[in-house]
Amino acid sequence: MEKLIDKQRVVRYMSSRLLRNNVLKLLFFLATLFGLIVLVVLLYRIFTQAIGWLNIDFLNNFPSRRPENAGIKAGLVGSLWLMIIVAPVSLIIGVGTAIYLEEYAKKNRFTDFIQTNISNLAGVPSIVFGLLGLTIFVRELNLGRSILAAGLTMSLLVLPVIVVAAQEAIRAVPNQLREASYGMGATKWQTIYRIVLPAAIPGILTGSILALSRAIGETAPLVVLGIPTFLAYLPRGILDTFTVMPMQIYNWTSRPQADFQHVAAAGIVVLLVVLIFMNSIAIFIRNKFQKRY
Amino acid sequence: MKKNKWFALASVTSAVLAFTTACGGGAEQGDENGGENGGEKLSGNVVVDGSSTVYPILEAAAETYAGEQPDVQVSVGLSGTGGGFEKFTKGETDLSNASRPIKDEEKKAAEQNGIEFEEFKVAFDGLSVLVNKDNDWVDYLTVDELKKIFTSGAVNGDDKVKWSDIRPEWPNEEIKLFSPGHDSGTFDYFDEVILDGQPLNKTAQLSEDDNVLVQGISGDKNALGYFGYAYYVENKDKLKVVPIDNGNGPIEPTNDTVRSGEYAPLSRPLFVYANTKSLKEKPHVYDFMKYLLENGAEFSEEVGYVALPQEEYEEQLKKLEGLK
Repeated sequence: MEKLIDKQRVVRYMSSRLLRNNVLKLLFFLATLFGLIVLVVLLYRIFTQAIGWLNIDFLNNFPSRRPENAGIKAGLVGSLWLMIIVAPVSLIIGVGTAIYLEEYAKKNRFTDFIQTNISNLAGVPSIVFGLLGLTIFVRELNLGRSILAAGLTMSLLVLPVIVVAAQEAIRAVPNQLREASYGMGATKWQTIYRIVLPAAIPGILTGSILALSRAIGETAPLVVLGIPTFLAYLPRGILDTFTVMPMQIYNWTSRPQADFQHVAAAGIVVLLVVLIFMNSIAIFIRNKFQKRY
Repeated sequence: MKKNKWFALASVTSAVLAFTTACGGGAEQGDENGGENGGEKLSGNVVVDGSSTVYPILEAAAETYAGEQPDVQVSVGLSGTGGGFEKFTKGETDLSNASRPIKDEEKKAAEQNGIEFEEFKVAFDGLSVLVNKDNDWVDYLTVDELKKIFTSGAVNGDDKVKWSDIRPEWPNEEIKLFSPGHDSGTFDYFDEVILDGQPLNKTAQLSEDDNVLVQGISGDKNALGYFGYAYYVENKDKLKVVPIDNGNGPIEPTNDTVRSGEYAPLSRPLFVYANTKSLKEKPHVYDFMKYLLENGAEFSEEVGYVALPQEEYEEQLKKLEGLK
């Protein structure tokens, strides 16, 4: 025993090991702190700028040339309409793709090819999806500058992220659960529907939160589609034209009048609140499902 | 347990739906309130897209027009002058905002698609050249000096221009240049009248957002930059404007000098292009265009541009009438 552990060496190296541990711990702590501080500064700036401008009128007014009359109503309602299309379309197609690739498809070159492409698509700049949407949905399918055309474009944009997240979640479901289900005489679909999906839902939702948050904050593809910024009316259906919050904010920040910066800040606060609201719905559903296992 | 879950999901979805429809109801009420207006009642869509520079004028027009004709739904986009023409020449929009005249290839595209159009001027913008507030040496710049500073390679190979390179009595310090980015119509215009198509000085800091340029120039004593008149008017207290000498003595951009064309060559007209077929077949598009020209002076001044002389608006109204 005495020979196996050289006490001298242990003592000699221990302090440097402890030091290294502490240095790294500090480094990681600083990395976390950095993000937090930037976030706090950003939020502080936005909230101090927005204060006094964020009121019922702001929520109830349409865009205006005068900062004091400008409101986000058209953008807020438009963003919610957009989510009504994007959320179901991207979730159904995305989760469907993930189920096929994980549960049904055989591992071969073709599925590898699809897999690589999905991962690459997740990194394609959003403006490219805008051009795709303009060609296919706005022009070929003749949907015009409608909520449907924009919603389908945004769905394409976020699909890769949802597919990859859902695949990871489905893969993480232990195989014993599937085997037990088959053992009880369940069919493949019954197993997926009753066993795999409920167990995978928390993971799928986490990925979807990120994806939908991206969709609600994007401007570039919508600008390419020709979605207007000024609207003095609200859409009545998915074939009507609309506008979204990020486009309003983008327009306000680039205006010369200093007061528009306050209007933009108020718009950002509303966007943040909607995002938090959306995320909390997802977290609520996630927690409901998590209790089962 | 399971039922609860679906119930929760369903109730959240219906809450969102209820909220959007509730907001929709509110809008209809608003329409009715503004609808007490004489004359014929029009309805339909007016689709406007194009330059973000011209956008505020159209926003002002669309906003007040909604009070006159509540059933006419005007939408205004900001795809940029080029992006706007791309859609306009395919017949997808009724009006297209532009901070430069239409290019030959865009004209050709319109011709191929059988689109006829008419050009209308709505306001003037004066590109303003600005320096830092603490800059006490620059009294004016000639067009040639401006060209020398902003053109790549005009002074030396590495593009680092000192004030003393321009006039020997100025400080021996490097000029920090600020310019709108290559995608903006503002740059296009500067490129045309000052740079003559030669490349821009490589040391220039570019930004598509004029507010960033304002920040940059107000933060550096040796800064020199240019941007739209509205941004200069709003930031008069932070920056110092440089009068420009085009051979007739230094002229400062003001409403009068820009309108009269005295502030040359940096005053530029802002355009709205109208699809002639839309003007003929859709009375609401015609009416909106007429409203825009009738009130163009007021709207353009209010959002920070310079109005055309009144007779020019009247001339264009005549031109519009001829198209009916």
